[in-house]
Amino acid sequence: MSSIAMSTQAVPQRKPLRYWIKRITSNYVVRMISRAIFTIWFVTSLIFFLVRLMPSNPIEVYINELMVQYSLPYAEARDQAASLFAIDLDAPLSKQYLDYMVQLLHGNLGESLRSPGTSVWEIIVAFLPWTLFSVGLGLLISFTLGVFIGMLLAYKRQALWEPVVSGTASVLSSIPNYIIGIVLLVFLGVYWGIIPIHQMRGSRSPGIQPGFTWVFIKDIFFHAAMPVLTYVLSTIGSWILSMKSSTIGTLGEDYVAVARARGLSEGRITTAYVGRNAMLPLITQLLISIGFVVGGSILIENIFVYQGIGYRLSSALTTRDYPLMQGIFLIITISVVLSNLVADFIYGWFDPRVRIAGGD
Amino acid sequence: MTTQALMPKTGIRYWPGRVLRGIGRFLKLMSRNKTGFAGFLIFIFFVLMTTVGTLFVPEVTKADINAIYAPPTWEHPLGNDSQGKDILSQIVHGGRDILQMALLTGIISTFIGVSLGSLSALIGGGFDAFLSMLADIWLTIPRFPLLAVLATLVKLDNMIYLALLLSVLSWAGLYRSIRAQVFSIKERDYIEAATALDLGMWHIIFSEVLPNMLSYIAISFTFGMTSAIYAQVGLVFLGLVPLTRNWGVMINLAWTQGAIFFKDSIYFIMAPVTAIALFQLSIVWMSRSLEEIFNPRLRTG
Repeated sequence: MSSIAMSTQAVPQRKPLRYWIKRITSNYVVRMISRAIFTIWFVTSLIFFLVRLMPSNPIEVYINELMVQYSLPYAEARDQAASLFAIDLDAPLSKQYLDYMVQLLHGNLGESLRSPGTSVWEIIVAFLPWTLFSVGLGLLISFTLGVFIGMLLAYKRQALWEPVVSGTASVLSSIPNYIIGIVLLVFLGVYWGIIPIHQMRGSRSPGIQPGFTWVFIKDIFFHAAMPVLTYVLSTIGSWILSMKSSTIGTLGEDYVAVARARGLSEGRITTAYVGRNAMLPLITQLLISIGFVVGGSILIENIFVYQGIGYRLSSALTTRDYPLMQGIFLIITISVVLSNLVADFIYGWFDPRVRIAGGD
Repeated sequence: MTTQALMPKTGIRYWPGRVLRGIGRFLKLMSRNKTGFAGFLIFIFFVLMTTVGTLFVPEVTKADINAIYAPPTWEHPLGNDSQGKDILSQIVHGGRDILQMALLTGIISTFIGVSLGSLSALIGGGFDAFLSMLADIWLTIPRFPLLAVLATLVKLDNMIYLALLLSVLSWAGLYRSIRAQVFSIKERDYIEAATALDLGMWHIIFSEVLPNMLSYIAISFTFGMTSAIYAQVGLVFLGLVPLTRNWGVMINLAWTQGAIFFKDSIYFIMAPVTAIALFQLSIVWMSRSLEEIFNPRLRTG
């Protein structure tokens, strides 16, 4: 009796619930955020299983290292390794995985192997901001400049200097970023000696107090100058070329002709009609390049000895500092995923069509 | 009887001529785009240098302390390195690894991208949705750091492993462009006809869809090559891949020996840097001509 009553009650409720689930899952913001969370979970799990299931398992390697170096018995070495990696080695893999995830959610990434007593989190907090600052600044400059130059090229296709600029852009976009960095350093820093590369090393000069002082701000820009210049030069070529072809395509669109016919000023057509629409495909490119540039920072920061997260990652890699390596890789992934998320929202704001598309 | 006996003979007799004419046509199409043709010529130059060139330039293994950082002479056109070894010889012998690995990665990654992309688009449904979601996620993972982390877990001293790993890691980008392309081709009449005739999935992929995507495949192939070179040289530069005799190793050596801080070492560092930059550029430029060859709609004039 009661079950029948319940089911009759449940029936009218089911429809709105499903409706709300659909409303929520088809929502652009919810979709984007859940994808970002899923990506982070995926990468975390990938790294977890890679580190534990690889034939030359880093934990075993470290246990052996401790046994050889300090002539510890196996059990003791194992205990030490377990505490350093912040895992319970006796537990089954599924429990280890759960523990690892719970630890991560609490922000515990373990301790560095090579500098015991320092948590991975502390190292990340000290190094990550510099990479975000230099990469962000570099991409901002190159994107703005590239979009501007690209539009200019599209408007002045007949100019004599057009092929020169396009050619330079094409060369710059095909050369690997670290090659550009090396060339800059070798010529500007060593061969011509016009840039004090030794003083520019590091993310800031020793002894300078962080704060909103002119000295500090000048100093961080001084140290970031070469990496930023490299990021700008290595990405600007593709912005110029894409913006040029995109603008040429947009100039032929009907709505531009209509805008002209309506007698709108050329300035308004250029910014609100041509510029805004031509930039759309570039924003998708920007989101892909964020990941690429952050990844490339390992090499660029190494070349200029700029102490960002990439530089720290490469030293963790060469010293086989696995917890640090794992933590930094995770943080790089999270920052790339988050910046992609932001870029997705910006794209949705620029082009309202995406917000609705895919919802049905 | 007589005609049957003659047929293969004429075939053999005209065989070289047809190949030559084929090459001639290819070169003519190639040269339509000037940048593309320049890229093609540089690419051929590198291929010849790393194959035939190694026969003419002896490999130098002995150090010469009297010739450390010696400037270029007629005998050593690119000068000598930090151990007094001839740089030109190292450049000639150091390209083969990179070239082979780039080609291998290009082939494997194109194969993965084409098969997954076309399967996904042709099967559709849950399979397609799952793969596209996975590709979206995969694309946001920073690839070079992942590769660098993997290089410490797996021993990548074998070129084939590295090529395989690079191809597997770069599947998502190619997959997406191929999938989109197959989706647009799928709607066309001749595919519908083939499906109606029940010609089978693989026949449709390889005989109907693939020929119409050759320009995409050529582009993805060159893209696979350039990203392979980027990753390989990058890994070698960081000292994570134990390889010998290669341009990346030269840069790494010039770097770790502090050589880039001496003015005299400019030839040592710039020689491999220029080689890598030119090689990358030649591939990118060449891809433009290839695109035009396989996509006649792009041909102008």
